[in-house]
Amino acid sequence: MNAPLRRSGVVILVLFGLIFANLNWIQAYKADEYRTDPRNQRVQVAEYERPRGSIEAAGGVALAQNTETEGELKYQRVYPKKEIYAPILGYKPVDGAAVGIEAAENDILSGASDKLFADRLSDMFTGDSTSGGNIVLSINPRAQEVAWKQMTDNERGVTKGAAVAIDPATGAVQAMVSMPSYNPNPLVSHDTAAARQAYDKLEADKDKPLLNRAVANTLPPGSVFKVIVSAAALEHNYNIGSELQAGSVYQEGGATIRNSEDEVCPGSTITLKEALTTSCNTAFSRLGVKLGRDVVIDTAKKWGFEDEGLIVGDLESKKGLSVAASRTGAIANEDGSVDKAALAQSSLGQRDVRMTPLQGALIAATVANNGSQMQPYLVQQQLDSDRRTIYTAKPKELRQPIDSSVAKDLQEMMQSVVEEGTGKNARISGLTVGGKTGTAQNVAGADPHGWFVGYALDEDGKPVSAVCVMLENVPGGHASAEAARIAGLIMKAAAGQGGN
Amino acid sequence: MSRIRQWKTRRNAELGLLAFAMLLVAAFGATVEANQFDEIRPNFWVPAALIGILFLGLHVVVRFTAPFADPVLLPAVALINGIGVAFLRRLDIARAIANDEPVPGFFAETGGRQLAWTLLSLILAAVLLLLLRDHKVISRYAYTLGLVGIVLMMIPAVLPSSISEVNGAKLWIRLGSVSIQPGEFAKLALVSFFAYYLVRKREVLSLASHRFLGIDFPRGRDLGPVLTVWLFSLLVLVFEKDLGTALLYFGLFVVTLYVATERSSWLIIGLVLFFGGVYVAYLLGAAIGGPFANFYDRAELWLDPFSQENYTRESGNSYQLVQGLLGLGTGGLFGTGPGAGSPGKVPEVRTDFIFAGLGEEIGLFGLAALLVIYLLIVERGLHAALAVRDSFGKLVAGGLAFTLGLQVFVILGGITGLIPLTGQTTPFLSAGGSSLMANWLLIAMLLRISDAARRPANSIAERTSGPKKAPTQLHGAMTEVIKP
Repeated sequence: MNAPLRRSGVVILVLFGLIFANLNWIQAYKADEYRTDPRNQRVQVAEYERPRGSIEAAGGVALAQNTETEGELKYQRVYPKKEIYAPILGYKPVDGAAVGIEAAENDILSGASDKLFADRLSDMFTGDSTSGGNIVLSINPRAQEVAWKQMTDNERGVTKGAAVAIDPATGAVQAMVSMPSYNPNPLVSHDTAAARQAYDKLEADKDKPLLNRAVANTLPPGSVFKVIVSAAALEHNYNIGSELQAGSVYQEGGATIRNSEDEVCPGSTITLKEALTTSCNTAFSRLGVKLGRDVVIDTAKKWGFEDEGLIVGDLESKKGLSVAASRTGAIANEDGSVDKAALAQSSLGQRDVRMTPLQGALIAATVANNGSQMQPYLVQQQLDSDRRTIYTAKPKELRQPIDSSVAKDLQEMMQSVVEEGTGKNARISGLTVGGKTGTAQNVAGADPHGWFVGYALDEDGKPVSAVCVMLENVPGGHASAEAARIAGLIMKAAAGQGGN
Repeated sequence: MSRIRQWKTRRNAELGLLAFAMLLVAAFGATVEANQFDEIRPNFWVPAALIGILFLGLHVVVRFTAPFADPVLLPAVALINGIGVAFLRRLDIARAIANDEPVPGFFAETGGRQLAWTLLSLILAAVLLLLLRDHKVISRYAYTLGLVGIVLMMIPAVLPSSISEVNGAKLWIRLGSVSIQPGEFAKLALVSFFAYYLVRKREVLSLASHRFLGIDFPRGRDLGPVLTVWLFSLLVLVFEKDLGTALLYFGLFVVTLYVATERSSWLIIGLVLFFGGVYVAYLLGAAIGGPFANFYDRAELWLDPFSQENYTRESGNSYQLVQGLLGLGTGGLFGTGPGAGSPGKVPEVRTDFIFAGLGEEIGLFGLAALLVIYLLIVERGLHAALAVRDSFGKLVAGGLAFTLGLQVFVILGGITGLIPLTGQTTPFLSAGGSSLMANWLLIAMLLRISDAARRPANSIAERTSGPKKAPTQLHGAMTEVIKP
């Protein structure tokens, strides 16, 4: 019987060897992954040992802070402004991944960043747990609050939409509102079951409050796209006085293009400037078809369409809110040839053209900044625990789609839109405002989306703000008029006038 | 080998090793205090001394009743038992600090209870050594023990879930505040019965056969007992909802069968039957659920514990498994040091998951050392089986040692995600009386058999240990049949 006994001993040895090998896998190979897993409560307790840094708007308005607790997790994250800033800030839950700026700037806020090495070193000697670093956003709190108030109290009872304001000269985001929004405070409750329940409820909401409509959602931009087509024309031997063929109806390859109202450009010709001012559909459809598909698509690309890598956060770490790519669509038949009907419709920002509100603001900002498109950013400064600056945003150009002469022409045209055309609601006394409205048809039978992109220049002609307002499914006609009104108020607040 | 060496009892070696083991337990306690209180209190050594005195008592009993017993078994088990008590006390201390309560006394809470269980277990072990001077006596009660074993094994299955179910596995008898795991004792009784049965039947089982594919297969009628035990194991799997227990019983039987017959065909038949049965149970669980559903769920959790779906399920989720793994990972190679981790984050850390809790604090190196000590115990048991002269003793010692090793594998494999998690206790570590008592009885049996194995044939020690009773039914089994 001894031989099988010895073999049984070998079996046990092998089984124990398997356990040992598996322990190596867990405790050596996977150790780092398990140590930092968000479900590892030890990480959570350690994370809450020191207060997380605060997030502030320009001027020191607190947007994310901590209160001390009696529990094992020593600090509770608090978002005093609730819904207003949620799409920007995101939130930092106890047992899951953070989102928004809380996620993008986590290294600084938690204190783990190498930039805060001095803080950690002094902690080692003093035995204290000094707080993480602080983040100062570029957001102008007055513009943000006006934007939130005007969007949520809009005169048409619209429940979904977004607004973005950018400083055209720097790319600093002045305001970013997504509606409907959510209160992030329940999501960061230390009662993780309650937090998960709150999240599940938001996740299941059909209005998608967790979606940041300013950057992560694309919709047909309608006539706003005419700015791009105008730019293409100005770069291809047209000028603002060039006569375009117009008319009340234009048929191309099975598509019938009409104007929004009969009194818009019924005559046979119209100048480019006049066509943009009155938002003449037939003229722009013909213009787009004449310029050709490749010109339209390439011009849109130069302005930022099809860019899949744009991130709005801090300019150094390349972390922040990801911006969905705006698209023109292929404008092609199945065999790849130009689909002229689609081209006629795409020139009006319909068909497969899709755009984020942020891209809309970038278009207006580029025109206002004489053709230079600045990289948009949200993080103005990073401060250490003693509020010494460890990073300040250095604005940089993202791309230059047009030269300054084309930009000047576009400014003249867009200012005409606000002074005499469809964007009159956006006028602000004391500032020069240019813009373009858009009314985008979407699903048959649904109310159209209302858009307005625009910018404001001060008395010296320096750009103050560029803004894009988008309202989904606006009832009662003239969808873009309400968007233009709100855009005007946001720019006025950003310029330091009005508000509250 | 000279007569002088043959007569060496090695009891002083045992005493020395025991002292060293208690030194390690005291060092563990001191480190815990340093990490929990930021100071080592002057009386840090008391818990180690208290449990050391208990082991010393058993050592004295061994000195007089089993002087030739293996000198490594007792100190090795004492080390694990001592670390277990110290770790439970460490959990009590951490909880008291968190709740702003005074530091628990040496006899308070889980650690104190475990100390009391250790006392009781050691008394049982001593009584066994005192009463049972010759292990072959057990064979007289083999059928009684077999019946008792099956009854103990099946009790939780037939009891209502409210009494017998803990964490989805029906392995318990809970009466008020007392919980008993009868299966722990069942394995002792069953090993004794199997050994007796197989010693009687081994000639038939090993000689009559059909040859197929180069392997000798047993006759159909001889398969009866194997199939019966296999069926019992699967019933355990389905009704007690516990794969580990089923694997334990079946592994126990197949190994004693294999050792008795020296026929590897039994191993092959056994493994195919068991894993085939488990796979069918899994498929049935997926298809029809019912009594198989629990096993299917456990298998699903095992396949992907980290998936959000398995982690957040309403009931029967992988939360504890994941938390245990995260604890082990946090410990890494060296561990946080005793008393410096957060093993309290792992559910069931006092019982099923004690190994994960320890692993966070003593790291891969500490756990590897612990594994080696378990291995040492098992191999020493098998060594006794190799050295003892009678077949019954060989089978009992071999079966018990193998079962202990298998149980360690089943629970550690479960919490490390190697096999589906089951509700086994970690021998000598987990809080709880049943497991500790049963496993100390197992060690007492191994001590008794190893004493018989190392005892010189006509030594003075033998003569002084009382009149030797004539072996009863097992005369024929005393000498080995050497097969060609």
